[in-house]
This record gives sequence, C-alpha cells and structure tokens, in this order.
Amino acid sequence: MDKTRNALNEFGMMDEFAAGDSPIHRLNATAKLLCTVSYILVVMSFGKYSLSALSVMILWPVLLFQLSGIPMGACFYKLRMILPLVMAVGLFNPFFDRGIMLTLWGIGISGGVVSMLTLMLKGILCLMASFLLAATTPFDSICASLSKLHVPGTLVTLFLLTYRYIGVLGRELAIMSDAYHLRAPGQKGIHVSAWGSFLGQLLLRSMDRAQELYSSMLLRGYHKHFHYAPTRPFRWKDFFFLFSGISFFLLFRMVDVASILGSLFVSVR
Amino acid sequence: MIEFQNVSFSYEHPHKVIRDLSFSIKDGECVGLIGANGAGKSTVMKLLLGLVRGEGKILVDGLEMRKENLALIRRKLGFVLQNSDNQMFMPTVYEDMIFAPLNYMVGREEAEKRVDAVLGRLGLGHLKHRHNHKLSGGEKRMAAIATILAMEPEAILMDEPTSALDPYNRRIVINIIRELAETRIITSHDLDMILDTCTRVILLSDGRVAADGPASEILRDKELLEKNHMELPLSLSRRE
Repeated sequence: MDKTRNALNEFGMMDEFAAGDSPIHRLNATAKLLCTVSYILVVMSFGKYSLSALSVMILWPVLLFQLSGIPMGACFYKLRMILPLVMAVGLFNPFFDRGIMLTLWGIGISGGVVSMLTLMLKGILCLMASFLLAATTPFDSICASLSKLHVPGTLVTLFLLTYRYIGVLGRELAIMSDAYHLRAPGQKGIHVSAWGSFLGQLLLRSMDRAQELYSSMLLRGYHKHFHYAPTRPFRWKDFFFLFSGISFFLLFRMVDVASILGSLFVSVR
Repeated sequence: MIEFQNVSFSYEHPHKVIRDLSFSIKDGECVGLIGANGAGKSTVMKLLLGLVRGEGKILVDGLEMRKENLALIRRKLGFVLQNSDNQMFMPTVYEDMIFAPLNYMVGREEAEKRVDAVLGRLGLGHLKHRHNHKLSGGEKRMAAIATILAMEPEAILMDEPTSALDPYNRRIVINIIRELAETRIITSHDLDMILDTCTRVILLSDGRVAADGPASEILRDKELLEKNHMELPLSLSRRE
C-alpha cells in the first residue's frame, strides 16, 4: 500500500523540483520548451549506427543537470519504470543484423548491437531532456507556452487536466489499496480475482471525483479557457540559451566530434 | 435574494427527492439547512447552483435559473464543497484563489490584491504559496473558504463545513463563518455549529420543508427533531 503513496509523493516532487530557483529555472518556459523539442528532434535524427556521434549529445543534459541543481540520480530513479521499456526497443536488432561492423579487443560487434545501443541511448537522452523540462518548469508554464505557440487550446487544456487527473486517480487508488490490504493482511498485491471489480470501482470513483472537481471549476467561472500565471518574459538570456542550445545540437549533428577526438587520440598514440 | 417556488426534482422518475419546495432567503441572512440523510439538503444546493435542473422556479437576485442566466447566477454564489480536495485543484493556494477572479475577468493586479486581502482577513497569509497537497485537513478547509471569498460572491453556500475537523480547527471555521457579512446557507449535521452560526433554520424532511424558523427555537424542539431523525444539539441536550 505504500507503493501507491510513494508514487504519489514522487509525482508531487516534480512540482517541488519545478518550484526551485536556479539559472535554468529562471529561464523563459517557451525557450526551454523549444530547446527541448529541438534537442529531441536532433537526437532522433541520428542514424542507427551513429552511436559515437550521438554519445556527445549527453553533454547537454549533463550541463543542465549541473546548472539546475536537479540530482541526476532523481531522474533515473523516477524514470525506472519507463527505462526498461526504452531499453527493450531495439532488443531484437542483434538477431536480424548480424554483419560485423567493428572489432573491439578482438571481439566482433555486429551492426545489430550498435543499432540497439543507439536506440537505447536515443531513448535515454530524450527521457532525460523531457525530465529536465518538467523538473525545471511548472506544468502550468509549459501549458502557457504551448498556448503561446498556438497549440490548439482544447489540446493544451487536455494536457493540463490529464496531469491533474493523474493525482486524483492516484489518491483514489491509494485509498482503495489501503482498504483492500487492511482486509487482506499478508497478501502481496491485489488478487487476480479482484482485478476486474477493483479497476471498475477505481474508474467510477475517480470519475465521480473528477466530475466534482469539474463542477467546482464551473462554479468558479471556468469556461474552457485557463488563465495561466504570467510566464517570465523572453529576454536576451533566453534567446542566448535557445540559440546556443540549437547551435550546439546542430554542430554535434553535423560534425562527429567523438570520432574527431578519437582519431586525434589514436594519432597521438 | 434567493427564492424557491414550488420546486420539485427527481434523479430517477418517479421518485421525487425534492417535493414542491418553497422558501426564500433575504440578503445577509445566515441559514442552516438541516435534515436527516437523504432529506434533500445536497440536492437543494445543486439546484441552487444550477448543477441539476428541476421543475418550478428558482430565483437568485431576481434572475431566474435558466441556461442563459447560469453564468450570472454562479458569479453571485460561492460554494464550499464538503471535500476540500475536490475544490482545490490548482497546485498552490495562491493559484487556486486567483482562479475564479481571473475567470471573471478581474485584472491580475486586482485579483492579487483580492487574494492578499482575503488571506489577511482570515489570517492565512502563511498558506499563500503552500502546495495544496501538503496542507492539513484544517488548513485545506480554511483555504477552500478563502478561494470562495476571493470570488467576492454575494452568497456563500457551505456543505458540511466542519466535517472531519478537530475541535480547534472547527472553532476557527465557526468564527470565520460568524464574521462573514455575506448571505450564508450552510448544510450540516453539526447542529451545535448551526446553533452557533445561523439565525434561521430550514428543516428538510423527505424533500419538503418540515420546519422553517429561528435557529434558537427549532434546534430546541426535541420532539420535532426526533420526529425527523435528528437529535438536540449536544450543548442543549447537556443542559436538559
């Protein structure tokens, strides 16, 4: 029963991270959002065998972790449920692509292994970038930025309310889970026979609560439009952040810095 | 200000939960709406807020409850829900408080002034930037009242405002209710609180008005209360 509460606390922790104060937190949300989207697009654009070129892209999230004061360990801890899925994406590549691509210390490495590692790294980098955005920017500010970027209002409201609904669903789950375990002591998890009714009840209860929340919004004048808190103005430092970020991504996308450094190292030796 | 004229309502036809209900509430009155479980108290609140539609006529400040008047009526009424978790949906107290004024097109500067004024009036300045999910039950209830006061409604409706509160926080909420100048309609099973705060009581039974009069008279009528599955307030029963 503690697992659900821990998950809820972790969910709440993201809001606390986002409420922090650091040079990255103080940047304009739109600049951070655009930078993150650019980063993800550039990372995804690397070829499937470009492992060495892609590896340099890790410098950006590492730099942001340092500047924002967000512990990198927290990122991997919070993403521990998603990371195995990301890792599993290219798991079958070594079976289909068996051609030896390079040899390291006498061991032949197939193209499938390289492409698998590339896919895994891409996934991890994209998750790190998304985590950094969420941990340094309040969710409302992200939604306000999406609105400014002319993303349809309905879609933005959907994002915001889904984010809020996760909390409602989690709290209902915690209450139901407590009630279940208090009458099923020593039982691990919820018995398969109760899954159907448990899920059904959870859905009904969370829908009731969501309905009441929505009524509360309507009674306070809500009419399909959220008034987001004013975001920090777009200043020269935000422009510098966005410009330097995109320049960095494009440079490392076009120039294989890792290979150049590697060849220098080899030639020196 | 608020008038119910022969209002009836049923969730499932033909069983009526509100039957031919009529009463009126004047500006500035503090009215306790009491009754046993299933008497129709919550439904009366929902009808008044336009969350459900019934037969008959409901008037708020002269405006008839119709779809076209709904926004205007809701602007005049503030509703404090029984479960504050369902009311506080923004991340912080401040954001929750500013939600309604911004929706009602009050400028941000003016809205912020309102928030500070309400927090100052209730002595809750320390809660302003607190995260809602970290507030205690008592703090949440007081913050929920503050969010409604920031709307500057003409009437405040409260559903069980003292439920699940410890005696200390209950007393604070009672004092807040007593100090409000707006029209107040309070539904509760806490008859001591009703006695402490309301000047008038409407006793509902099976969707009808069983009694309507001064709180000090109705809440002392043991026979009437017991007939309607209620008991004398504790403070009065001890004296007997």
